Amino acid sequence: MNREEIIERGEIVYRKPTLMNDQHMHYCPGCSHGVVHKLVVEVIEEMGLAEKSIGVCPVGCAVFLYNYLDIDVQEAAHGRAPAVATAIKRLWPDRLVFTYQGDGDLACIGTAETIHALNRGESITVIFINNAIYGMTGGQMAPTTLEGMKTSTCPYGRTPELHGFPLHITEIAATLQGTAYVTRQSVHTVAAIRKAKKAIRHAFENSMQGKGSNLVEIVSTCSSGWKMSPVKANQWMEEHMFAYYPLGDLKDVDQSVFHADK
Amino acid sequence: MSKISGAVEIDTQRCKGCLLCVEACPKNVLEPAKNKVNARGYGYVLAVREEECIGCASCGIVCPDGCITVYRLKE
Repeated sequence: MNREEIIERGEIVYRKPTLMNDQHMHYCPGCSHGVVHKLVVEVIEEMGLAEKSIGVCPVGCAVFLYNYLDIDVQEAAHGRAPAVATAIKRLWPDRLVFTYQGDGDLACIGTAETIHALNRGESITVIFINNAIYGMTGGQMAPTTLEGMKTSTCPYGRTPELHGFPLHITEIAATLQGTAYVTRQSVHTVAAIRKAKKAIRHAFENSMQGKGSNLVEIVSTCSSGWKMSPVKANQWMEEHMFAYYPLGDLKDVDQSVFHADK
Repeated sequence: MSKISGAVEIDTQRCKGCLLCVEACPKNVLEPAKNKVNARGYGYVLAVREEECIGCASCGIVCPDGCITVYRLKE
């Protein structure tokens, strides 16, 4: 059986999501952003919400999200995506509204907006890409940078005495009364990607049903900022990041119905 | 038992050569193209041992740029 025959007679088991367009993405090779972009539009496609989704993109590497995904997207000021999403969701309660933010946007300049939007229980989903570094601006220290991790602004490693401790924003969100579903996932293996997709779907369903706000943290790599090859960055993330940021569901108001781990 | 065969189609112009698919493939079907780059200057990946492919779609799922289409045929 040759290749042409299989392509002609076989079924397509995987292809680029139809809501992702043909524009070349500006991300570095191996960046986790691409995988999460694909998951978001795959879930939107499966839920049949292509015409009813509004994303809010941040300032950071994902600032050009609107160039790659064929859904409505609003650009927000740095860190203010959850506030903009709040307004959109209140004016259009039947829309799926989500924000897509990195750790510099969500956990640093936008901490107040994030925590207050989640605490108000707005029916939005916040997708939080945590790669422990400022990728876009050249690999500076972020609030989520691990202890001892070297970046261009802490070349001898982050020390808690000087720089403080890494910020666990997802754990903070889990303690808030307004949140419905808080989870931490990753996209380094096929199994992890499947789990992350289930988590994003559950969060989107929650926000459509008005159960409260949802936070999906994706522990990601930044191979350029970490100065590693993409494959090595995935291994480094498994060895070092998961100890600080353990994967799994932190809070789910619907515990009886859903488990991302099962 | 039915035989399952697969095939992958790689958009080499979109590929950035991150090699995550090479790592994810259980059958070692994929390999980086030797001394070749695409129009944007990136080395890319080719399906070298395509007769081994089982159409599991692992490569497509991990690809950050959505370059890979996977086909599967059951007989």
